[in-house]
Amino acid sequence: MTNHWIDIRNSDCILIMGSNPAENHPVAFKWVEAARERGATVIHVDPRFTRTSSKADIYAPLRPGTDIAFLGGMIRFILSENRCFRDYVAHYTNAACLVSEKFAFHDGLFSGFDPRARAYDRSFWAYETDAGGAVRKDPTLSHPRTVFQLLKTHFARYTPEKVSAVTGTPREDLLRVYECVSATGRPDRAGTILYAMGWTQHTVGVQNIRAMSIIQLLLGNMGMAGGGVNALRGESNVQGSTDHGLLYGDWPGYLPVPRATMATLSDYLKENTPSSSDPLSANWWQNRPKYVVSFLKALFGEAAIPENGFCYAWLPKLADHRTYTWLDLFDAMDRGELRGFFAWGQNPACSGADAGRTRAAMAKLDWMVSANLFETETAAFWKGPGMDPRTIRTEVFLLPCAASMEKEGSITNSGRWAQWRWKAQEPPGEARSDGDILTELFASVRALYKSEGGAFPEPITHLAWDYRTEGRFDAHKAARGINGRFTRDATIQGKAFRKGDAVPSFALLQENGSTASGNWLYCQSYNADGNQMARRGRGDPTGIGLYPQWAWSWPMNRRILYNRAAVDLQGRPWNPQRPVIRFIGSSEAGRYVANQWEGDVPDGGWFPMQNPDGSARPDSRYPFIMRADGLGGVFGPGLLDGPFPEHYEPVEGPASANLMNAQQVNPLLRAYDFGGLRRPAADPRFPIVATTCRVAEHWQSGAMSRSMPWLLEAEPQMFVEMSRELARQKGIRNGDRVVVASARGSLEAVAMVTSRLRPFKVNGAEVHVVGLPWHYGWLWPHAGGDSANLLTPSAGDPNTRIPETKAFMVSLQRKDG
Amino acid sequence: MPLWSGFLMDVTRRRFLQLSGAVAAGVTVGGRKALGLQPPESGPSAWPDRTGGTVPTRSICPFCAVGCGVICHTDPQTGRVVYTEGDPEHPINAGALCAKGAALDQLAANERRLTRVLYRAPCSDHWEIKDWDWALSTIARRIKKTRDDGFESVDPDGWTVNRCATIASVGSAALDNEECWIYQAMLRALGLVYIEHQARI
Repeated sequence: MTNHWIDIRNSDCILIMGSNPAENHPVAFKWVEAARERGATVIHVDPRFTRTSSKADIYAPLRPGTDIAFLGGMIRFILSENRCFRDYVAHYTNAACLVSEKFAFHDGLFSGFDPRARAYDRSFWAYETDAGGAVRKDPTLSHPRTVFQLLKTHFARYTPEKVSAVTGTPREDLLRVYECVSATGRPDRAGTILYAMGWTQHTVGVQNIRAMSIIQLLLGNMGMAGGGVNALRGESNVQGSTDHGLLYGDWPGYLPVPRATMATLSDYLKENTPSSSDPLSANWWQNRPKYVVSFLKALFGEAAIPENGFCYAWLPKLADHRTYTWLDLFDAMDRGELRGFFAWGQNPACSGADAGRTRAAMAKLDWMVSANLFETETAAFWKGPGMDPRTIRTEVFLLPCAASMEKEGSITNSGRWAQWRWKAQEPPGEARSDGDILTELFASVRALYKSEGGAFPEPITHLAWDYRTEGRFDAHKAARGINGRFTRDATIQGKAFRKGDAVPSFALLQENGSTASGNWLYCQSYNADGNQMARRGRGDPTGIGLYPQWAWSWPMNRRILYNRAAVDLQGRPWNPQRPVIRFIGSSEAGRYVANQWEGDVPDGGWFPMQNPDGSARPDSRYPFIMRADGLGGVFGPGLLDGPFPEHYEPVEGPASANLMNAQQVNPLLRAYDFGGLRRPAADPRFPIVATTCRVAEHWQSGAMSRSMPWLLEAEPQMFVEMSRELARQKGIRNGDRVVVASARGSLEAVAMVTSRLRPFKVNGAEVHVVGLPWHYGWLWPHAGGDSANLLTPSAGDPNTRIPETKAFMVSLQRKDG
Repeated sequence: MPLWSGFLMDVTRRRFLQLSGAVAAGVTVGGRKALGLQPPESGPSAWPDRTGGTVPTRSICPFCAVGCGVICHTDPQTGRVVYTEGDPEHPINAGALCAKGAALDQLAANERRLTRVLYRAPCSDHWEIKDWDWALSTIARRIKKTRDDGFESVDPDGWTVNRCATIASVGSAALDNEECWIYQAMLRALGLVYIEHQARI
């Protein structure tokens, strides 16, 4: 989230789309209700009328996979009805930048498309620059090649009539939603967006979020209390696990993992350190070398020195021009390319798309190590339905783990709050904490390499691995290492530090090896004053719910990101009723002479952009400090599939033609055709649109919640929710057992017939949608049903490769007999 | 709600409404006794305070990413958690928990929890119980063999890659931050490139 959970109550208009927080983040929903009590409007856009919808002021139905059409119509409305927060857009976004004449869009394709590579040459989307290399701008936003005008042109096709035909949303509902959201395009109004997997699990997932980011920039909602772009994440520490580099392409702190052709550290730093010639752009990633070197020092300690590129060569390099995502991983497993596999606290046999193929692939492994609290369908894949154990050679080691209250450490919530939690009991029996297991396991591997040698032992024998105290994993040691410390005596910015001192914040991290830090974003979390994540201060001095002394948030305990956009050019809050930060430095003769801010930690403590007398300050910075040009990206040339979002149909869809353009699906989508992908569209064998969903009582694949009796009692088995109309057509009654099938597999479910789903009118044709929870698995309870992911397709977004599990095609029959 | 479930089981619908009305109206002590709401006379047979004498520990719920505060009550005699509840001091949840968080003591005490290392041999149809020393030393052997067999120092184009692409890992958004960090350090020191988890799906 750019903002955080409690901040939702500051909003005037809450758009909930691609998510169902009343059921999946139930306690946080109290902050939505708190906003409503203050007069906010709550809007829910969703294929199903869920409990969230029942609490909303406006509900609008939406066909799965058509969010860009819906949001594109909203962009068109905002522009044609002049609802932009004009000053914000002109000064803080790239709307005024001119784009080169090479940029074009025609019939679903942007300029620069190479059909053989199925990739874009993004140089066609570059800005127009002057002789000095600076981007040309038109602050009046009227030049036809300003981003602003190009945006207007691009979304002109998204009329309410067209959008309604694509999404199945009645035209009146579209306009009601557009009117409400766009009313926040003023300084004294803030709108927020709450989204989750309903946006990310699509072959256009990233562009879904881009569309809303554009809207939030046009309306001036970024950096504001009650504004922002807010992902409702799904696991207690998925934010932390992402921050700490458990995705293939990220080192901790979102440092890019190097590719093979970046042979040396300086090659890597040259290619991955953005530069900006605009002195008003902070271009914060220019500091990347300090964070990279500090990370390498945290890994390899004294062995990492400038002369050896801080052991850069010891770390694995990715091949250029390919990815190693989840879909790639299981594709490799299916091809027999993987020999060993860790399923550490995850249950891919139930959570991965095309789960049947995932399960079959596991039989090709030599060995699997699974660590979990309970036995799972993954660890036990070899005795699952359709498996003959006698033919499966995979060795499986199932390690019993500690639960959350059986160990001490921190986790980071969706609002970036890193919260420490303590140990209430020992793990049961011989179960151990993951920290205990991992520290001992790696020590065993290292001992083997030390005594026997082997392939390239250096990174193994030299990895800093002192994370135990008295034989147990010491989370405090690890947390202090993540924060960072000085590796030698140093004087930085006039202050003297001793070797071993905690680094106070990432502003003091160095590129010369004098600092080590496991993750620059968490630098300050465990500083010389102690464990900031363990704080329990309940003060709320600003009154907008920041709770700055409760736990610690990254970065720098800042609670609302990009908050420099919440003030005008002179540092005065756009909304004085709900200020996030306010400049309070003194001025003399019309110029600020002292630098002082109050409120949240400012997102860069520079002076405001202008003095009170209106003169520009060269020592200020634009607000979007993580972007090279410092401006909010209305135009987004950094994505693979286009600088503006465009509606494409899901890879499996009901519509035989895309009404918006000549491309049926995302031209760059990545499909892993295990033979189970249905194309072309509108296959008569699978005529019903399916989407996956969750219930409040279960969690993720159900590996934990299915074994907790109260939760299982409330939701005991797999069901498929369908409309009364579809049930009538199929002769199905509520409670009947039915079979749902896709091109990949089939499963049985209990029919739940409700009026929460209605058929959609899509370009005049009737389209049915069903909803499937994905919490069940064959292992437990017996006859409780299996995973909805047996049906889902392994096709992913080109930027992220997140599989499209929110829109695919199925058939449905009553199970006779 | 768990505290009331036993109490309400035998109550007819009309009596339930009677009781609810009485509670809402703030009925007198005598009236409450007549309705069966007053506990038995105080003494050892009175309703015991289940959390009296327990040690409270602050934790955070392990389910969704709201990060609700939870208080776990540990019986000092047994060392086991006997009760969990929302932490009223936590700014986000202020003592409330959803169904999953409210059921957390069923995670702390659960007969389906794994308590021993289990091993499935090639072509076997059952689990065997093993000890930790055997498991960790055997897994270490597997890692080393697979890594040594499949390690790629230089790729076909001559670039130094130092990677092991024959071992993959998924997991986990359920680990603590400190565990996540050391896990990625271990995997990268081993040369893995297939490192993924819940955030990708």
